Amino acid sequence: MKYIDEFRDGELAKQIGARIAAEVHPDRSYSFMEFCGGHTHAISRYGVMELLPANVKMVHGPGCPVCVLPIGRIDQAIGLALAQGAIVCTYGDTMRVPASESLSLIRAKARGGDIRMVYSAADALALARQNPQREVVFFAIGFETTTPPTALTLQLAKREGLGNFSVLCCHVLTPSAITHILESPEVREFGTVPIDGFVGPAHVSIVIGSGPYEHFAEEYRKPVVIAGFEPLDVMQAILMLVRQVNEGRAHVENQFTRAVTTEGNLKAQALVSEVFELRPSFEWRGLGEVPYSALKIREAYADFDAERRFSLTYRPVADNKACECGAILRGVKKPTDCKIFGTVCTPENPVGSCMVSSEGACAAHYSYGRFHDIPVVTATAIEEATP
Amino acid sequence: MELRPHDQAVVDLGGIRKEISIALVADVKVGDYVIVHVGHAIGTIDPEEAERTLALFAEMARLNEERDSKPHAAGSVGAEVLS
Repeated sequence: MKYIDEFRDGELAKQIGARIAAEVHPDRSYSFMEFCGGHTHAISRYGVMELLPANVKMVHGPGCPVCVLPIGRIDQAIGLALAQGAIVCTYGDTMRVPASESLSLIRAKARGGDIRMVYSAADALALARQNPQREVVFFAIGFETTTPPTALTLQLAKREGLGNFSVLCCHVLTPSAITHILESPEVREFGTVPIDGFVGPAHVSIVIGSGPYEHFAEEYRKPVVIAGFEPLDVMQAILMLVRQVNEGRAHVENQFTRAVTTEGNLKAQALVSEVFELRPSFEWRGLGEVPYSALKIREAYADFDAERRFSLTYRPVADNKACECGAILRGVKKPTDCKIFGTVCTPENPVGSCMVSSEGACAAHYSYGRFHDIPVVTATAIEEATP
Repeated sequence: MELRPHDQAVVDLGGIRKEISIALVADVKVGDYVIVHVGHAIGTIDPEEAERTLALFAEMARLNEERDSKPHAAGSVGAEVLS
């Protein structure tokens, strides 16, 4: 596909890898966090780590939408389907996230809950039009990329006067999560890894632009390079970060210039601010309560807010004790540091949220990286074993 | 590929025709490349900038070749990674 294949060229990837190796200072180490799950996936899938010198480490960040969704929110959605009898629509990734009482949305569906997987928020709206006698709730999750489509849906629902449609809004914000990783007391308490710079999100930045990271790079003295989702993009961004670190700079740079501008998508931003406002606090899996890190539906759209419509209250629920998703989401631990990784917890039967989505650090490592951890058995060893 | 009423458009996703919404992007026309997220175009690709990025990759490859052709650089870290 045009604008995709050119950015996956293996030969060029090696060349960029060689460039990075030539420019790193051998006497220091570099650790960069890729915030976004799309980058985590690309790094695992294309083996980007293999092309980097040993002193450049990539730390996986919390930018996987379903991974940061706390159990309490999924419980709310399940409750709407099982107790209130509503049709609950959500994106496919959300279906298998473990919730309380060994449930998930897909298991609640098996128990008779009317839960539908949708490709787009617009599909949920269409379901509401087709089922005027039923309550239809769109369980809306995701970062700044999925928020504008949800806003559009709410605007249309209001315009059409759809009385049976509402949204359970769990949209979260990228810049506040990055800030939180660097400064919150909880993160300090549980520990965090030293980070020399960030690979900034691709699609999120198309919407919000590169502007929102400026303050952050300046205040925390950490370079940010916004990168596309293809492997060559990620590698070039790493090279740009290495150069900034070497030169002692902390600027926002944009590698993804073919799609990201300074101001972002103004049309989408205007729509989002018409429909949503900041939530004073929101719980993230792995990060805890993060102030002003999520959105809620404005008063003008209160009729379409599932939290108000069904008088929902939020009840936090602790994660499975054996699961290390919390530490993995903060970049403190790697998937392989978790005792249940690949044994009890697999993509087919996920215990923690990082194993659910293909963007999750655990699922990405399980799918593309786990055989790397196993030592290669040579042919001679097999011959010796044969009598 | 094709603009339809109500801010809808048909796109070619690697050979698959898919109807998506273009309500979130300003001024798209047939032939543009859009970035689609959950059934909505959220941005467009600037072909000139894409070419510029590809040119940068090529420049990097050229720099490596130049360095490798110098005999003193043969044992450098970069050359080892390439071999």
